[in-house]
Amino acid sequence: MGYTPHVVVVGGGTTGVGVARDLAMRGLEVTLIERGALTSGATGGMHGLLHSGARYALSDSDSAADCLAENRVLREVAGHFVEDTGGLFVERPEDPDGHYEARLDACEAVGIPAEELTGAEARDREPGLSGEIERAFAVPDAGVDPFRLTEALASDAGSYGATILTHAEVVDVDVEDDAVRGVRVREHDPTTPGEPMPGDVVDIDADYVVNATGAWAGKVAAMAGLEVPVRASKGAMVVTADRHVDAVVNRCRPRGQGDILVPHGDVSILGTTDVAVEDPVSYARENWEVDLLFEELSPVVPALSDARSLRAYWGVRPLYDPDGGEGASQSGRRADRRVDDGAPGDLTRDFALLDHEDRDGLWGMSTVVGGKLTTHRLMAEQVADHVCGKFGIDRPCRTDEIPLPGGEQADPEQLATFDVDAATLERVHDRWGERAPEVLEPLGPNPVVCPCKRVTRGEVETAMDVEAVFETDLDAVRRRTGVGTGDCQGDRCAHRVAGLLRPEHDLDQVDRSLSAFYGERWAGQRHVLWGEQLSRAMGSYALHATTMNRDHPVESPNLDAFDPGPGSRGEGEEDAGERGGSEA
Amino acid sequence: MTVTVVGGGLAGAVAALAAARHRDVGVRLLTAGETSLRAASGLVDVLGYAPGGEGPVADPFVAIPRLPEEHPYRTVGVDAVREALALFDGVAGGAYAGAGTDRNALVPTQLGNLKPTARYPATVAPGVASREQRTTLVGFEELTDFDAALAADRLHATLPYEVWGTSVGLPVDLEGVPETTDLAAALDEAHGRDGAREAFERFHDELSRDILMHDDTDRRVGVPAVLGLEATESLRAELAATVESPVFEVPTAPPSVPGRRLERLLRGALEDAGVTVSTGHRVTGAEPADGDIEALTVETPDGGTRVETAATVLVTGGLVGGGVEGGREAVREPVFGCHVPAPDDRSAWAAEAALGEHRFARFGVETDAGLRPLDAREEPEFGNLRAAGSVLGGYDFAAEKSGSGVSISTGYVAGRLAAEDAA
Repeated sequence: MGYTPHVVVVGGGTTGVGVARDLAMRGLEVTLIERGALTSGATGGMHGLLHSGARYALSDSDSAADCLAENRVLREVAGHFVEDTGGLFVERPEDPDGHYEARLDACEAVGIPAEELTGAEARDREPGLSGEIERAFAVPDAGVDPFRLTEALASDAGSYGATILTHAEVVDVDVEDDAVRGVRVREHDPTTPGEPMPGDVVDIDADYVVNATGAWAGKVAAMAGLEVPVRASKGAMVVTADRHVDAVVNRCRPRGQGDILVPHGDVSILGTTDVAVEDPVSYARENWEVDLLFEELSPVVPALSDARSLRAYWGVRPLYDPDGGEGASQSGRRADRRVDDGAPGDLTRDFALLDHEDRDGLWGMSTVVGGKLTTHRLMAEQVADHVCGKFGIDRPCRTDEIPLPGGEQADPEQLATFDVDAATLERVHDRWGERAPEVLEPLGPNPVVCPCKRVTRGEVETAMDVEAVFETDLDAVRRRTGVGTGDCQGDRCAHRVAGLLRPEHDLDQVDRSLSAFYGERWAGQRHVLWGEQLSRAMGSYALHATTMNRDHPVESPNLDAFDPGPGSRGEGEEDAGERGGSEA
Repeated sequence: MTVTVVGGGLAGAVAALAAARHRDVGVRLLTAGETSLRAASGLVDVLGYAPGGEGPVADPFVAIPRLPEEHPYRTVGVDAVREALALFDGVAGGAYAGAGTDRNALVPTQLGNLKPTARYPATVAPGVASREQRTTLVGFEELTDFDAALAADRLHATLPYEVWGTSVGLPVDLEGVPETTDLAAALDEAHGRDGAREAFERFHDELSRDILMHDDTDRRVGVPAVLGLEATESLRAELAATVESPVFEVPTAPPSVPGRRLERLLRGALEDAGVTVSTGHRVTGAEPADGDIEALTVETPDGGTRVETAATVLVTGGLVGGGVEGGREAVREPVFGCHVPAPDDRSAWAAEAALGEHRFARFGVETDAGLRPLDAREEPEFGNLRAAGSVLGGYDFAAEKSGSGVSISTGYVAGRLAAEDAA
């Protein structure tokens, strides 16, 4: 090929980053542009479930089959981001008759392995389950870390030559003579994602643009003068302070709100709600959603009724609404099919690929909407096939066989030489793979900065150096290291982490990063303030406002108006003694 | 006749001491366990900021009469605040400074911000930032809560004199992830061994490497608050002699060494005053009679017991101490079930900004002029129950920097009134 097309992929969720990686692996020139940090959209607002397909088996067997296949592929190529928890579908007495059998049959039809369990057998595996659970079946659900998965996709895309631009917002799509020529980009402040920086915009030429912006897809399409009907639906999730179950627990009933509990590390995630919203950014995050999750899931796992929660967060699902548009999905298989289980959000959870040449007569752009994290690789493959086809490029997809980086092991003999406890060693090795020695042995001393998660200074500093992480964006550092995600939610470590930006950054930057980080941690806690968590919130507020005086720092004090302390300056030397501070 | 004080924090100790001044009553203090003093910085703030964040307040006694009427300071009045602080000063003796003036001092916080405070430990006194003197802050690499270089940078940017900071290795070996309290305990131990000479020589050697590059005349040296829980003043003198400069401490986050010292100091004063202190005694409820509390039900390490009481002071703390509890729908005072006003809508409890004006920070009981908690009809819950400290509502101690001052002054008044109730 004498000519290498330059493809701009807009959107830094798993879909966009997966597309960028696939295209880069096939030798195309790729630039990925993301408005915030990677995963700052729907990818960062999901419950981290790697579907077995069982949740879709009844309503959408094709989608379920995709999930099953991709579940298997990801365990092979991205196993280091997967926690093999297994999953259970559990039935309570009031759940509708026949649903259990129907779902089990549907799983069998799709080929999803399902093992039937009595209530007692299910409780043997999951002692936290209610005594009223009558029966269950086990499926190969698993947990997946969407942050590290996406970051690995981006890093690998980078190693195949892709350029990853984060904190850069596409503000216009350049269209000339019925063809897309490029995009116009404005830089954002990485410390406070979403805030545009003053200054010039930059034009980036493109031979092709892939719009993978999820809930924002309509907005980006409109910049090219196109109409893409996308609806957004919010979902609340709550993170409990304890790991209440070891397997993913699904309520075996028609899909509804508050029917899933996913274990992750030492916590569990309750999910979720499904409420249409107008705007994917500014929507109400409501306490009734949080309360609903506890009401619905406590009958399944009774300990949840008085469980402590660390935080709540929300994600926005993009739902392609073809009835609102022309319905002209191209290779978007099944995109206009309806899910008929009567659940809230009756649009399909599957994805649509809209070729704007075929659909709108505009050359050089496609939009991909919908889909699931579990099937992101398959989606990316289909999008990349489509884009390559536009340029007559025929190269096979290899993402189903080439493993993602981060899974390589460090030399165990070298690891054994580090003077750290076994738990820290395991956690660092798990998070950093072959880079573990680098994290464990920084140039200077390597004390713990996050006492809850035992994250060390070296680990934070290494994360600040990771490509596609802006070091002043401490949320990105948190996603990389887990710093601030433990029991105290940043109360004890936020200032320590921000302090590590110095001396490379000035005090103003340290303060802005600290406020943004502490503020993000607070935003999640704000919705779960009852019981012990309310007490802790007050404690954290007291520490940061009272002991540190972060809320009213004194800028330019008139020192003469204040008590100069016992003894005057000339007497300072005498103060060196034992009675130095005693009352004057 | 017995006054029973329920709670062992700062307000409880002062209430018990105030009540014990009354010759005709006996005083018993029941405390469930560790108090939130252990999380406190050890500084005794009275009022640093007026409502709305106006400040820093230079003279709290000028600002107090201007506070809103529902503020606990307005309930007890500015004269009571003075009397109460005099009681505290008498108890603290040489361990605290600041009594000589109405004015607040500005002390450096662990981040290098300045904070207005009225009384401060003697170990903090030489570091008062409102005195102009060249300052060196020295942190410990392993104690990451206090980043001395960062704090010094910030102070240097704010103050008209040189502040410089560095970090050194620990002066004694500690295992695991050490806290300030671990280092304090190890320094007490080192003091018992050799007067901590070896430890401080190690400190000095490490420091000298950095300090040579700087003018080290007429400076003071600040360290995080780790100078022992017992041998504090000897350790400070020893370190001052080693570095040939006055040495001061900077209060840090919990677990707090100065908070523990204050707790110890108060326990000693209670003992001296003849107050019976029962630790591990959790009061769970009351037996009312004719609108008064006649007896308390108490969980003890040996089971349960019933304690007769002529007058009771509720000093169980706020949300942090467990004196106020939030549920998903309502807020309550768990011991006596006193009314705690709160918005029905939980989303109104907290501000959107992390350090915004949180309604929850003001949760607590409302009282009459005699600090008696009021029910929803604004009648006293009990005739002989007084409340003091953070269990009181209507003020935000974190924003105002008023926690210790409110505890001391309301504790003082509640203790005195309870003694009158009982006599």
